[in-house]
Amino acid sequence: MISRRDFLQVSMAASAMVGASGFGNWARLAAQQSLTQDQLLEFDTFGNISLIHVTDIHGQLKPIYFREPSINLGVGGNKGHVPHITGADFRKAYGIADGSPSAYALTYDDFSSLAKGYGRVGGLDRMATIINAIRADRPDALLFDGGDTWHGSYTCHHTAGQDMVNVMNALKPDAMTFHWEFTLGSERVNEIVEGLPFAALGQNIFDAEWDEPAELFKPYKFFERGGAKVAVIGQAFPYMPIANPGWMFPEYSFGIRDENMQAMVDEVRAAGADLLVVLSHNGFDVDKKMAGKVQGIDVILSGHTHDALPEPVLVGKTHIIASGSNGKFVSRVDLDVRDGQLMGLRHKLIPVFSDVIAPDPAVAQLIDAERAPFKAQLEEVIGQTDTLLYRRGNFNGTWDDLICDALLSEREADIAMSPGVRWGPSLVPGDNITREDIWNVTSMSYGQAYRSEMTGEFIKVILEDVADNIFNPDPYYQQGGDMVRIGGMGYRIDITKPQGERITDMTLLKTGEAIDPAKSYVVAGWASVNEGTEGPMIWDVVEDHIRKLGTVTLNPNTSVQVAGA
Amino acid sequence: MEFSRRETLALGLGAAVVTVLPFQVNAAADDRIAAFTGGADMAEGGVTLNAPEIAENGNTVPISVEAPGATAILVLATGNPEPGVATFNFGPGAAQQSASTRIRLAGTQDVVAVAKLADGSFAKASATVKVTIGGCGG
Repeated sequence: MISRRDFLQVSMAASAMVGASGFGNWARLAAQQSLTQDQLLEFDTFGNISLIHVTDIHGQLKPIYFREPSINLGVGGNKGHVPHITGADFRKAYGIADGSPSAYALTYDDFSSLAKGYGRVGGLDRMATIINAIRADRPDALLFDGGDTWHGSYTCHHTAGQDMVNVMNALKPDAMTFHWEFTLGSERVNEIVEGLPFAALGQNIFDAEWDEPAELFKPYKFFERGGAKVAVIGQAFPYMPIANPGWMFPEYSFGIRDENMQAMVDEVRAAGADLLVVLSHNGFDVDKKMAGKVQGIDVILSGHTHDALPEPVLVGKTHIIASGSNGKFVSRVDLDVRDGQLMGLRHKLIPVFSDVIAPDPAVAQLIDAERAPFKAQLEEVIGQTDTLLYRRGNFNGTWDDLICDALLSEREADIAMSPGVRWGPSLVPGDNITREDIWNVTSMSYGQAYRSEMTGEFIKVILEDVADNIFNPDPYYQQGGDMVRIGGMGYRIDITKPQGERITDMTLLKTGEAIDPAKSYVVAGWASVNEGTEGPMIWDVVEDHIRKLGTVTLNPNTSVQVAGA
Repeated sequence: MEFSRRETLALGLGAAVVTVLPFQVNAAADDRIAAFTGGADMAEGGVTLNAPEIAENGNTVPISVEAPGATAILVLATGNPEPGVATFNFGPGAAQQSASTRIRLAGTQDVVAVAKLADGSFAKASATVKVTIGGCGG
């Protein structure tokens, strides 16, 4: 019998060891100019069970650039804790050298120049190579997809997710959970899920009418691996009908439902589970809180907030693994499970450097076949960019600025609003902007760009509401996204204040005047969760705008002043 | 172009209910509790209230209450203009003292359950339910 104290020492030592020998190596390897596939995949196989985690791929079949956030603020008890540190603070916390491959993969500074050296990341064919290599070490390794897979690209939109389903099926996952998948509409989701050759899990996916577990999605699945019983419980994104249009999937209800999670944990433990894994789309801070409330979870494979962490975060006895987004990382977690207990864990966050990892030929062929019917539309060059275009971060990224500019100009608006989603690859200065690139940051099933009048008072209500959905100190009251991106208007936000008091100094940029609560302003935006929203599609609005510009050059955006960070 | 408040709401990010601040506790809620308990102290624990942290639809929020051995459970939406939601009474033959219903919430507020236990003492539980405009989801 291993004591709790021993357990912690063993597991901490295991993760720290890999943190030093596996992860920290990249910097040295880069110094030697010898980053190779073997080194990226190097892993001393450990224990008796291997888990592979991929999440939040957002339709990205091909390699892309993806800049990590420069601003990712934690509030309440999470202030200053991972994943809410960025840049130099992040590198210092993990001992990462400036300019190293891991600095490029995990932090934002010097992104444009490092991107030229290290190249693109991701690609499902490269991920396939990594997955196959892990399976060569451990043939019965379990592969889990954390969701946000059937969304986010031109081809995904035009095939209603079928391109991603076909390619992911070739990777042979063992289970999956969900978020943006539901924006395909419940009829389409049901159709795909009914045909999936692996488990579709979500203990918190309920029938809305009866408030009881939905029949199509099972709460958990058992796997026999390494002489142990592995139970995997699914946790879908809890706030789908709020953050996304609930009218597209009215039959379903979600929520965190941690009391039901505890009941499921108790149920599978009673049924003999030796290892308990939660495949989650909660987001990192919600997973941290849930790990403290629900007793008996060994590993949470965490998705939704797109955080990439080189080491597990331990809450009590629960190890939380965060595996990034957009195909940029694959996590490998080896576990030693004996006598019904987790004795140790070894983990590696493998960056998918697409110029270093060789594509798997069969999957590469499959991807090309999925894209072939759309090749001409995908590759059409709409313009060029002189500015690094990225989105990820709590406030406007440059892609958001460009989209807001497009809304202001093409829709003749005073103020533009763009949703604070976390997906969307980056482009580096000098890149062409193709139609595919525009769709990568805009595609969705409710992309209508509305134009309406709102009073200054109502605009403040919206900003206060969205701000509370990211900066509420209790993660369970954070609804999901980053701050709504604003064009044409500046404001100040104090993230430590309660709802209603965070937003001040709202200013109409074109006149420099304070926003008048009683006055109406023309507001253009997109991604409304309201049924029946009318307007041109946002990707067409952005394409028209870029065509007129020819070359995109953006000035640094200083219109949002953040206090309390 | 003139927009009525109603139309403006419908055109927003997805507003069904708009509120800047969490609703103030309606004084009537305290009166209802006092009438139910006769002013007696209420213990924490002994009654379980299940409610979503964030309502998917403020117009129909599923909640459930349970208090083993209780003879009655009072449920209040403390921020609604009329805070009274329900009082569930359990007779001596009731196999379990639990109930579920759906309630309408005018905005972000605390939902409170007060149970009258078999020994005549009272227990209280509360949960904050957030009602939000939504959108911008991840």
